[in-house]
Amino acid sequence: MASSLDIAGINKRFGKDDKSVEVLHKVDIQVAPGEFLILVGPSGCGKSTLLNIIAGLEEPTEGEVRIAGQNVVGMPPRDRDIAMVFQSYALYPTLSVADNIGFALEMRKMPRAERKRRIDEVATMLQIGHLLDRRPSQLSGGQRQRVAMGRALARQPQLFLFDEPLSNLDAKLRVEMRAEIKRLHQASGITSVYVTHDQVEAMTLGSRIAVMKGGVVQQLGTPHDIYNRPANTYVATFIGSPTMNLLRGSASDGQFTMQGAALDLALPQGAAGDVLLGVRPEHLVLRDGGAWHGRVSVVEPTGPDTYVMVDTDAGTLTLRTDAQTRVQPGDAVGLAVEPANAHWFDAGSENRLA
Amino acid sequence: MTAKPFVFPSLGRLLVYGVLLLAAVFFLLPLYAMLVTSLKDAGEIRSTSLLALPGSFNTAAWSSAWSSACTGVACNGLRPYFWNSVTMTVPAVLASTLWGALNGYVLSQWKFRGSDTLFGLLLFGVFMPFQVVLLPMSQVLGMLGLSSSIAGLVLVHCMAGLAGTTLFFRNYYAAIPKELVNAARMDGAGFWQIFWRIVLPLSTPIFMVTLIWQFTNIWNDFLFGVVFSGTESKPITVGLNNLANTSSSVKAYNVDMAAAIIAGLPTMAIYVLAGKFFVRGLTAGAVKG
Amino acid sequence: MKNSFETWLPKLVVAPAFVLGFAFIYGLMAWNGVLSFSASRMLPNYEWVGLAQYEKLWAMDRWWVALKNLGIFGVGYVGGSLAIGVLLAVLLDQKIRAEGALRTIYLYPMALSFVVTGTAWKWLLNPSLGLEKLMHGWGFASFSFGWLVETDRAIYCIVIAAIWQSAGFAMALFLAGLRGIDDSIIRAAQVDGASLPRIYWRIVLPALRPVFFSTLMVLSHLAIKSFDLVMALTAGGPGYATDVPATFMYTMSFSRGQIGLGAASATMMLATVAALVVPYLYSELRTKPHDR
Repeated sequence: MASSLDIAGINKRFGKDDKSVEVLHKVDIQVAPGEFLILVGPSGCGKSTLLNIIAGLEEPTEGEVRIAGQNVVGMPPRDRDIAMVFQSYALYPTLSVADNIGFALEMRKMPRAERKRRIDEVATMLQIGHLLDRRPSQLSGGQRQRVAMGRALARQPQLFLFDEPLSNLDAKLRVEMRAEIKRLHQASGITSVYVTHDQVEAMTLGSRIAVMKGGVVQQLGTPHDIYNRPANTYVATFIGSPTMNLLRGSASDGQFTMQGAALDLALPQGAAGDVLLGVRPEHLVLRDGGAWHGRVSVVEPTGPDTYVMVDTDAGTLTLRTDAQTRVQPGDAVGLAVEPANAHWFDAGSENRLA
Repeated sequence: MTAKPFVFPSLGRLLVYGVLLLAAVFFLLPLYAMLVTSLKDAGEIRSTSLLALPGSFNTAAWSSAWSSACTGVACNGLRPYFWNSVTMTVPAVLASTLWGALNGYVLSQWKFRGSDTLFGLLLFGVFMPFQVVLLPMSQVLGMLGLSSSIAGLVLVHCMAGLAGTTLFFRNYYAAIPKELVNAARMDGAGFWQIFWRIVLPLSTPIFMVTLIWQFTNIWNDFLFGVVFSGTESKPITVGLNNLANTSSSVKAYNVDMAAAIIAGLPTMAIYVLAGKFFVRGLTAGAVKG
Repeated sequence: MKNSFETWLPKLVVAPAFVLGFAFIYGLMAWNGVLSFSASRMLPNYEWVGLAQYEKLWAMDRWWVALKNLGIFGVGYVGGSLAIGVLLAVLLDQKIRAEGALRTIYLYPMALSFVVTGTAWKWLLNPSLGLEKLMHGWGFASFSFGWLVETDRAIYCIVIAAIWQSAGFAMALFLAGLRGIDDSIIRAAQVDGASLPRIYWRIVLPALRPVFFSTLMVLSHLAIKSFDLVMALTAGGPGYATDVPATFMYTMSFSRGQIGLGAASATMMLATVAALVVPYLYSELRTKPHDR
């Protein structure tokens, strides 16, 4: 039952004329049937508004939303055949778990026997069969999350929408539920749009990610693309932890110069003027006599890796190295990067160069 | 939040309890005096002091207050007025509460452009002095053929209570998470289904508060009662006032006191049984949060 | 296909409330205004007389007495209730045993009709058989409490009875306000070395300002509307010594056949309440919409 989703030219403005605030600007995303699209970005970037527009809880100022080819803008939510999982789960407090799951089916006047069948099916899939008679207030956070998903699954809709469903869970539960969601998506194959501010969730769950900021889609691509070829410095620093190191320098005649010293790194074709060199922490290596040198200020062991922060003339650089490192705060070190791992951005527009 | 740490040292605490006890005496005294007086006979009233216990447990005043005391021209005690009050209060309380619930639901979950402004304008009805509608309302009731009738009183109380009940429900329903209603909308529930299946089941506390608040206000009302009622439709407050102020016979204070207690009994009973809802109504009404 | 169903049904449902409600509040208010500009006496008579009724109103000694009484009553009632309310709330907040019982005792008068209160206090303050007699019995032979029938003093009886009714309400609000103050602020102040009475003065009482104002608002508007209590306790007497605007309006409109005059007095009452309440409501409602 997977349907395609077409978000075409969506604009959303609040307020009038010169006092208006544009919350979404020319958002264009095509989601193939069965795809899992992630909308990721900081608070206020418009991702939840976009989700609400798809759901029909809000209307766009301009643009169309097409589900299976049909424009649904103007249609009330109940007619769009979309199921949504909310951040706070929004379970009906006075109804039992079974009634919660079956509520939408009841609204569509499905006969009781068939409803029960569907509810049981879903409950088994989510392992909440033993909770069917309980009230939401008697459930743990993880259990409530499952009921919320069950409520959405039971609908067998054209489209699934997730609004930061894992934000209210503790770290361990979050990791478990992430895997659960992925598994369920693989089993059901329903087209899904998932909103989160957590970049780890975005990278692990999505088949494609839309990174948003200020109502504009900064980049739309697979996790691999987003990570390895970020379209601008915003995407580059948003995805990846610790954040990518950005170093300012200038380019002329194919030479990259920082702080008066020329570095032996190949620039992209035609790069000129002020540029930013981006290097991910895992790509910085300790090398005596490398391009940068400084003193280690902080060493953070995390178990599998160690993050080392080095104060250099070019600013504080963070590098990721393995746990066996012997580096101590105060050590003088040199840092270098393989040319292939360098990212180049124009300093003014912040866009990727080539 | 718990009570503050001790402010006063132990001698101070004695003082604190002393003041509190004194206050309690001040508040209980009238009730006690009323009770005691109602159980005395006329002679005892003249001879003993206000607070002295009655010599014998004399309930004659009570039966007189209920069924034979004079309230102006008629001498049937408070009984007919009691039933008038019941007939007036029950429908008015139910109607105004239900209406308030519906309005509160719309104004909190289905806002539209201007709904907040309109609500603000309606809110003035909570504060306005009803003196300003008395004269025109008598005209309106006359035009509707409802002058001097209990139905007319019910109508007036519903209109007068509209702003207050709407306020209570609207503030209560405003605390319902928007996501809950959104989830229901996505599940295909419509306006009435959401009200019936989701919102109303959550409303027990506010219903209690509003019902009790409205009952207390409507039962205790005197202004509308004295202006809009006729001989057959006077509520108990008017009956009581007439009874206590008749200059026809010798003043029978014991009957007056018994009558006052009878008039106050229903609301007092509710207060004793469901006091916490009553308090919530008071604090909600004033804080308007 | 527009979201039509969901957009017009809520408006339809709430329409009667707004239509009827506004008609009741503003429509009747306006009608009353019209009456106040008319020559109505026993029956409505829509002959326009401009401000004649108002001139008559302000020329009446009785109206001035009513206003003066409102002032005395207002200040005494509101001030007394607030003072006692704060005192009782602060005391009750001191981890008192039987706090629940005491609260119930302080608050029960609010459950009574003002008529019941008036009737009870009329008896208590009865010049020969009430409080005075009690005092005599206790040995204070020279104690006299004829206030209820003294022209100058009767209004104070109404103040006492009204405070008895409402002080518990003020207490309940202040107690709720006190309980709403974050304990950790108090503890931080204690750690910083502030003495407890000082903490009360500098932190706790100022934090009660919003509660103070809303209580002030409610009590003030109750004071202006006071009708039941006065009617039951003194019926405006002796003579019209304890008349207040509300009883004045009633008497003029319904016993003296002076509808136009009554309407004018009602308009004056409205103006007073509006002057008090509208700024308060406006400031309250300004902040609210942004919250949601």
